[in-house]
Amino acid sequence: MIQRPGPVALVLAGLVCAFMLAPLLAVVPISFTPARFLTMPNGHLSLIHYRELIDDPDWGRSILLSLRIGGVASAIATALALAFSLGVWMIQPRFAALMVGFVLLPMIAPPIVSAMTLYFFLTSLSEVSSAIGYDTWFGVAIAHVVMITPFAVVMILVALSQLDRRIDLAARGLGASALQRVFRVILPNIRFGVMMAALMAFFLSWEEIGVTLFITSVNAITLPRLMWMGVHDNIDPAVAAISVVLIVITTLALSGRMLLQREEPA
Amino acid sequence: MRSRRLTAVSSFASVGATEGDAGRIASIERTARGQGGRRSDNALLTGVCLMAPLLLFLAFVYVVPFLGVAAWSVTLPKPGLGQYERLVADPLFFSVFVRTFRVCLVVTALSVAAAYAIAYVWVRGTRLQRRLVEFCILIPFWISILTRAFGWLALLSNRGLVNTWLEAAGLITAPLPLAYNEFSVILGITHVLTPFAVFPLASSMRAVDERVLLAARGLGASRLRIFWRVFMPMTASGVVGAALIVFVFTLGFFVTPAILGGGRSIMAAELVWLRMFQSPDWGLGAAISVVLVALVGALMAALFRLARPALMGGSR
Repeated sequence: MIQRPGPVALVLAGLVCAFMLAPLLAVVPISFTPARFLTMPNGHLSLIHYRELIDDPDWGRSILLSLRIGGVASAIATALALAFSLGVWMIQPRFAALMVGFVLLPMIAPPIVSAMTLYFFLTSLSEVSSAIGYDTWFGVAIAHVVMITPFAVVMILVALSQLDRRIDLAARGLGASALQRVFRVILPNIRFGVMMAALMAFFLSWEEIGVTLFITSVNAITLPRLMWMGVHDNIDPAVAAISVVLIVITTLALSGRMLLQREEPA
Repeated sequence: MRSRRLTAVSSFASVGATEGDAGRIASIERTARGQGGRRSDNALLTGVCLMAPLLLFLAFVYVVPFLGVAAWSVTLPKPGLGQYERLVADPLFFSVFVRTFRVCLVVTALSVAAAYAIAYVWVRGTRLQRRLVEFCILIPFWISILTRAFGWLALLSNRGLVNTWLEAAGLITAPLPLAYNEFSVILGITHVLTPFAVFPLASSMRAVDERVLLAARGLGASRLRIFWRVFMPMTASGVVGAALIVFVFTLGFFVTPAILGGGRSIMAAELVWLRMFQSPDWGLGAAISVVLVALVGALMAALFRLARPALMGGSR
């Protein structure tokens, strides 16, 4: 029987929980302000900022762009990560740890450094063709692939680490070719992990801002990029409205997941 | 397992685990090979072909361009180490680095302390407590840092919640300067990084052997004493790991400080951005990037050396 947390621990944890939720809750009243600047609604509430999300085509456009970039980047990242992880798992090269460390670099390096690096890459690419480099949706997608692939690699390696090697050994012993092993034995066993990796990769691209800020200016305005303008350049309460929408979606999705999943033993 | 899937940081644990299993599996494999199975050249070739695309892609898109950035730092505007000398000599840049370190230290202390409290209840609480805490960690974790920074502005700015309420209550006559300074930057970054500190801490707390705590209780130690003298020391490696992770992340962070600092409380990473896009000075931006990479590299090396047991031996 483990000793449950005492009152002191509970109070401290409660305070931290309040701290974690406070800024999310604070957005809600601001989003109903009738004013055009950040202020508490004074007496009466208004939905003008929610209307603006629908009326102003910029929001819809940026959401579609983010969806497209997220989809493309996630597909490429998952494919690259899956191939790499399978390779590592199957042949267990001598320098496996080093290679995994290498592909995780974009995740470990400070985002500002990745941003500089990808800015350098995309401006160089622009000199080859202005359609795929700096400030294009394709350029953003490539940059996102770099940033999200490490996370996909980690998740797929985790899935592979839970796969029993003896299954693969049995397949090999029965004369399966490498391709058969991959498609008939390994992939069916890790498909859930791969799906989660793709989902996570999409989500990370969807909300990426650090690098996107460096590599876009006027054409490829993703949703986070548009929100950045509404938070940093001028304070626009429409950001509060879109934030409330995103918070509600996230909360519903997570609550659903938490209700569905089984409780793991403590 | 769930938390492990969620966080980048504890991911190192999983990679480590694969390595750990490697030895055992290699021996199974040797046995299999001895019994007639063999690793054909065909399989080796397949593996190499599978690994090559990502390695080549990253080399081409990430490593080579980084070398280009590093080259900027010693060639722009003129060849030499002038930009690095400026970083050291110019009092303005020096003050930015001092502020960056101060913010890193404060954020690290706050995040780890907050995360410790919340991880403790997450690991040892009742079912309901665990659920509630998990909710409070995961919801903010999945929400964009832009929304969260905006939330802090909604709370702290002159016409935000806190000042409006305080004025309505008659406690203050003029709004308190809560936003756009180092205070709001620290709160904002702490908010972003606390969940990242929770995962390694929870992992080290799950690894604590319950029987040791029972023994301490049986020997008559008080609750407080058990916590301070028995539980805390056993999670020390988790604390070190969490602290290093938060410190490293804070060092390279620039979105949250750029919004909540309002251009007044500038940190090193934000300085790169300003130098790149507001006063085009690419050489300096590149030089700061190189310095940050060196610092983070050194700290990550320390992380792996010091906290390896905590991060690797997580809950299974």
